[in-house]
Amino acid sequence: MNINLTLIGQSLTFLFFIAFCMRYVWPALLDMMEKREDRITKGLQAADRADKDLELAKQQAAKQLKDAKDQAVVIIDQANKRAAQIVEEAKDQARSEGERIKTAAHAEVEQEINQAREALRGKVSVLALAGAEKILGASVDAKVHSSMLEKLSAEL
Amino acid sequence: MASSEEAITATDYIQHHLQNLTYGKLPAGYERLQSDGSASILEKDTWTFAHSAEEAKDMGFMALHVDTLGWSIVLGLVFSIVFSKAAKAATMKPPKGLLSFVELIVEGVNNVVKDTFHHKSRFVGPMALTIFCWVFLMNLMDLIPVDWLPKAAATISGDPHLFFKVVPTTDPNATMGMAISIFLLMIFFSCREKGVLGFIKELTCHPFFAPKRLWYLNLFLVPINTLLETVSLLAKPVSLGLRLFGNLYAGEVIFILIALTFGVNLVIGLLGGVMQWVWAVFHILVILIQAFVFMVLSIVYMGMAFDSHDEQH
Repeated sequence: MNINLTLIGQSLTFLFFIAFCMRYVWPALLDMMEKREDRITKGLQAADRADKDLELAKQQAAKQLKDAKDQAVVIIDQANKRAAQIVEEAKDQARSEGERIKTAAHAEVEQEINQAREALRGKVSVLALAGAEKILGASVDAKVHSSMLEKLSAEL
Repeated sequence: MASSEEAITATDYIQHHLQNLTYGKLPAGYERLQSDGSASILEKDTWTFAHSAEEAKDMGFMALHVDTLGWSIVLGLVFSIVFSKAAKAATMKPPKGLLSFVELIVEGVNNVVKDTFHHKSRFVGPMALTIFCWVFLMNLMDLIPVDWLPKAAATISGDPHLFFKVVPTTDPNATMGMAISIFLLMIFFSCREKGVLGFIKELTCHPFFAPKRLWYLNLFLVPINTLLETVSLLAKPVSLGLRLFGNLYAGEVIFILIALTFGVNLVIGLLGGVMQWVWAVFHILVILIQAFVFMVLSIVYMGMAFDSHDEQH
């Protein structure tokens, strides 16, 4: 247990190893650890932000869905109304068409009646003459009585 | 075996284990005892290995403990190589294996430094890491059974009486050497941070200082301050070095004493084996704590060196 040069040798060795550590070990390791820590912190922050973004996106999606549903309801309403309107219009059209057809038919019938009447009117004088001939036993001069006959057919 | 003879053997055993392998200068005219009992006189100054504790002592200051220095350098290199390798391998990827172990230690040391040292310094962190790892490794040598490495060294060197002490921290030269380095660093940083005048002022004007109107009181106070501060300044490295040395030396002696029981008989030898195990387990705690304490105290002393008391005056 003598104190000797070992004391100084150990001192220098000690300082040498500290210098080595200071040059090659400590800064490199600490630097790396700090960088890594920084990266982890940033990663966690990013994850947090992503979480928030996701939440926001979900909210927005829900809102959009709701909007779409509302819009769909409106559109369906409108469509229903429009359908009812179209049906109504169709009914109106059908009714007016029916009316028109009915009127045309009436007119035709009228016309036919008139024609029949005319035809009848034409024949009335002939029939009347034939009847009168039979009754009188003589021929009636059509030319003489034509004015009277005409009056008769006009009355028909 | 006679009891007196056994006592001498036991004493020899212990003393042999506590003697460093010393390489030093023997002065001219020194009388060397040979192993056969005859004496030879050296003609001139000779650098040689000491063959006995007596010779080692007579070499005085001009001697080196080869085992202490050798082991501390080897262990320091182990630390340096492992850690620099880890530093080189460090990437942004998650650390694994050796790297994560190294980072665990660096992180721990860095936290201690941050907690106890509140200034900016590129030096204190590496210093703390070096102290902790190096001192721990040197202390760790204490857990190797006391006879293994000395016996191996004796066999390799062919000298059965070779002195070989494997735990550098049981050599006061090693612990005091480190403590002196710390002491010089303290003074260096103290002077760098506060200037030489600031350092002297700290030594002379603390803790007692009279205000200006009572300036004459300082004539008495300055010597008192100087005495107190010098003592407390010198006590730091002494306590630092001797604490480590004392703890490890005591542990080593107990290991040696336990090792003595192995030669007595089977029962006592077995008991000794159990005791060795128990003491080794306990010692794991001791070596770790001592390494940690040495580190923390060094950091604290550096903190004191950086601290400035200027605002008080």
